[in-house]
Amino acid sequence: MKKSKVGLLYILPWLIGFIFLTAYPFLNALVTSFTDYNLIGSAHFVGIKNYLTLFSEKDFIKSLNNTFLYTLLTVPLQLAFSLLVAFILNFELKGIRFYRTAYYIPSILGGNVAVAVLWRFMFQQNGVVNYILGSIGIAPVSWFSRPVGAMTIVILLKIWQFGSSMLIFLAALKNVPKELYEAADVDGAKKFRQFFTITMPLITPTIFFNLVMQLNNAFQEFNGPYLVTGNGPLNATYMTSMFIYDNAFKYYRMGYASAASWVLFGIIVFITLILFGTQNKWVFYSDEG
Amino acid sequence: MNADNNIIQMRADNMSAVNNKTISRELRRQRSAEISKVIRYIILTVGAFIMIYPILWLIGGTFKDNSEIFTSINFIPSHIDFKAYADGWHTRTQYNFGQYYLNTFMYVIPKIFFTIASSTLVAYGFARFDFPFKKVLFALFMSTLFLPQVVIRIPLYLMWKKFGLLDTYVPLIATSVFANEPFFVFMIIQFLRSTPTYLDEAATLDGCNSFQRLVFIILPILKPTIISCFIFQFIWSFNDFLGPLIYITSLVKYPVSLALKMSVDTSSGVVAWNQILAMSFIALLPAIILYFVAQKYFTEGIAASGVKG
Repeated sequence: MKKSKVGLLYILPWLIGFIFLTAYPFLNALVTSFTDYNLIGSAHFVGIKNYLTLFSEKDFIKSLNNTFLYTLLTVPLQLAFSLLVAFILNFELKGIRFYRTAYYIPSILGGNVAVAVLWRFMFQQNGVVNYILGSIGIAPVSWFSRPVGAMTIVILLKIWQFGSSMLIFLAALKNVPKELYEAADVDGAKKFRQFFTITMPLITPTIFFNLVMQLNNAFQEFNGPYLVTGNGPLNATYMTSMFIYDNAFKYYRMGYASAASWVLFGIIVFITLILFGTQNKWVFYSDEG
Repeated sequence: MNADNNIIQMRADNMSAVNNKTISRELRRQRSAEISKVIRYIILTVGAFIMIYPILWLIGGTFKDNSEIFTSINFIPSHIDFKAYADGWHTRTQYNFGQYYLNTFMYVIPKIFFTIASSTLVAYGFARFDFPFKKVLFALFMSTLFLPQVVIRIPLYLMWKKFGLLDTYVPLIATSVFANEPFFVFMIIQFLRSTPTYLDEAATLDGCNSFQRLVFIILPILKPTIISCFIFQFIWSFNDFLGPLIYITSLVKYPVSLALKMSVDTSSGVVAWNQILAMSFIALLPAIILYFVAQKYFTEGIAASGVKG
């Protein structure tokens, strides 16, 4: 391909959007985070005051703790489930379409408010989940009034939606050459061992991709906790994204909320970079491309 | 001669002994394969049931009355009655769900259209051309794929406020007009990279300019990917809650997601829960239908964008 300016013309829509809808707001958030802008008056430069206030505010610290807890629990569990189910589905199975649908449909519907409504119903004190627990002799749980209970249902809601990463894994598994398994079969290697010795190493790039994407999402989780548990009880499900939302769009403390958003951004970037740093220790790229 | 025959005989004996061993081993393996197959099916089926039980329960609940909703784990209702749908549709506001549906499509349809148009152009540019600063620009593009959206939300709000475009659908649509949802562009780029360029080259020799190549060569082969874009953008923008929550403030413009959230919040006192469940199911229906109509494209779209990530 010889260089020409025609290509620039085609990417122009993105470039304009990138400048005005991504780059500008990105830097603007940083600048705003050093001001006391509150939508009414004009903005005054306050230095790092917002950041100092943030780290002395209990609600913010609590929200960070919750976000970390939520991420640490949802991401590994989601990865494990999606990988396991994809692994099983990758065998020649009858009715694969049915199973694929059953496991994938929660991911399609999960973002919808309706599912949050459903969750609120099912976990009521006299709801269907407690009813099922009761029938196997477990006392009803007050899901919404106990911190652990509330966090549990928010986490369950997220894990329930492991379908899209399962499909990504399934596609990756389909690319693992069949001959490798056949060779291992002759050696009498058990399926379980095959999984760790053959499959896992070959799909580490996909695991890495899913891991990065899911961490990114989990750290920014808003819908689930906001819709299902509010932020309660005792702020047990109050996430940092909700803290940012409240400060920006309820109290209009734009400077303060921007600072919080940059802290969250910093955390996500930091962890992503660490992951990229560990990449050459455990991610195997068979070839380029 | 004789010695040779002996040796051959001995070899044959050895071979059959080995064969017997492998046959019995083969049998044992087949049996254990059978067993593990059954186990796989059991795990999968139980898991699948747990996964879809909430949805089935929701559908069943739309036909139940309050006491039955909370006391029965059976998702099959004791009787079928569409009253909850009719009543829920009218809502407690001055608008019915039809209005909220219409509002939703007011931005979902433009979003889909603009996403497909702009993402195709941009992906074509990145995948098929070399231009000044391409490396830098592509790196920037890729970095937006990982950019946490939370960090740009507030300035964007302030920007749209300045333009006087709050409480309109413009902020929700704008990102699509400018191909700033990198997932879609990336998906098309990945697809284009895996297709050979000889047709493009032939068309160039025939005197086609770059835009004609896009329309006559690229678009036809992009069809499955474009359908995937359509599906994902439909579902994501239809489900989107945070966007409308931030930008849409007047009831008359509420999309389904906000209206549903409101109907749960405002229902205090004696509430017909089945109406709320009925409207929840109505809100899920488009995605469910779309999935069953276009299953193939869901899987392919996900695979194309994810594998090479």
